[in-house]
Amino acid sequence: MNAPFYKFNFFNDEVSLIIAFVIGIGFGFFLERAGFGSARKLAAQFYFRDMSVLKVMFSAIVTAMIGLFYLNWIGFIDLSLVYKGDTYLLPQIAGGMLLGIGFVVGGYCPGTSCVAVSTGRIDGIIYLVGVIAGIFFFGEIFPLLSGFFYSTNMGEITLPQLINLPYGLIVFLVVLMAISAFAGAEWAEKKFRNKKT
Amino acid sequence: MSSVSNIINENISTVEEKVLKTPKPYWNPYLSGIGLGLVLLAAFVIMGRGLGASGAFSSLVAVGVDKVAPAHVQSNQFYEEYLGDGTTNPLKDWLVFEVLGVFVGGFISGALGGRIKKTTEKGNRISVRNRLIFAFIGGGLMGFGAKLARGCTSGQALTGGALLNVGSWAFMMMVFAGAYAAAYFLRRQWI
Repeated sequence: MNAPFYKFNFFNDEVSLIIAFVIGIGFGFFLERAGFGSARKLAAQFYFRDMSVLKVMFSAIVTAMIGLFYLNWIGFIDLSLVYKGDTYLLPQIAGGMLLGIGFVVGGYCPGTSCVAVSTGRIDGIIYLVGVIAGIFFFGEIFPLLSGFFYSTNMGEITLPQLINLPYGLIVFLVVLMAISAFAGAEWAEKKFRNKKT
Repeated sequence: MSSVSNIINENISTVEEKVLKTPKPYWNPYLSGIGLGLVLLAAFVIMGRGLGASGAFSSLVAVGVDKVAPAHVQSNQFYEEYLGDGTTNPLKDWLVFEVLGVFVGGFISGALGGRIKKTTEKGNRISVRNRLIFAFIGGGLMGFGAKLARGCTSGQALTGGALLNVGSWAFMMMVFAGAYAAAYFLRRQWI
């Protein structure tokens, strides 16, 4: 058991910043490869024309989830040392809703907008200015929001803990769900792609 | 507004230029997704944390507000969290460096694919000006929503999703619900 490497002091904070940069390059590279520097391609998800957002997102989640499960199972990684963050149910539901609306209004999410900016998209630049404005607005009214922001704290809780089923079974169910979502996505694309607007 | 109209004019002129290099097609989405998943897994294994995006911009905002109005920041728990205890530079932060990498990685992939192009992404039924107004509003909603949810599509949906976090899965379902609910009203922007 010697992962996560950082938590076992394999390297210092300065090195961690270099690693951050390299991991970021990988992140940005695959986002752009997938076509996520284009707002039209991203937004097409919500008109069933191009389901890449769902396909890429769930392939990524399933890959990392299975990898983590396996590395934990063979004792390579100590999952308790991986930062998970607490669940604050209501603020996260409200935030998710706003984010979803913002996604189809703005055409990007914060990560994909970075890729849009570096590939020359003007709307990506304006979007990112909007993100900064939104964060600033949130910061300014934070004293009014803090009650809601800290409400419904459920602590650090995962789906296996919530519904009291084995970790491996949940992993399997998520994989099944992803495969059905992929099948549904392929079907929807065929049905909607050539539809007139 | 003059800068916006400049942008629009330049944009129109670039559209009028013939594109000499044909962009290469995007990768298969499942393949890109697996690549993304392996990057995320690497972050878990090496650092013990996942990916993020909006957090880096929060650090930027907090530092900006601190520069302009230091006294104002001290009474605000949100800004304080991103500024830390003052012993280290808040921009010497893991997420800030990761996001710098995202810009570079996106550029490398775009350059290799011949997809670097100054343009505005939009459907045929909306003007560039209106599209940019929507981009700003959408960005604003996203920035605000991401702070409320403690993360965006990267930090919550991808990272928390792979970790099977309850809050992250609730968040992810709501992102899709919100986007599909709003999609009808914004169809002229995209299709």
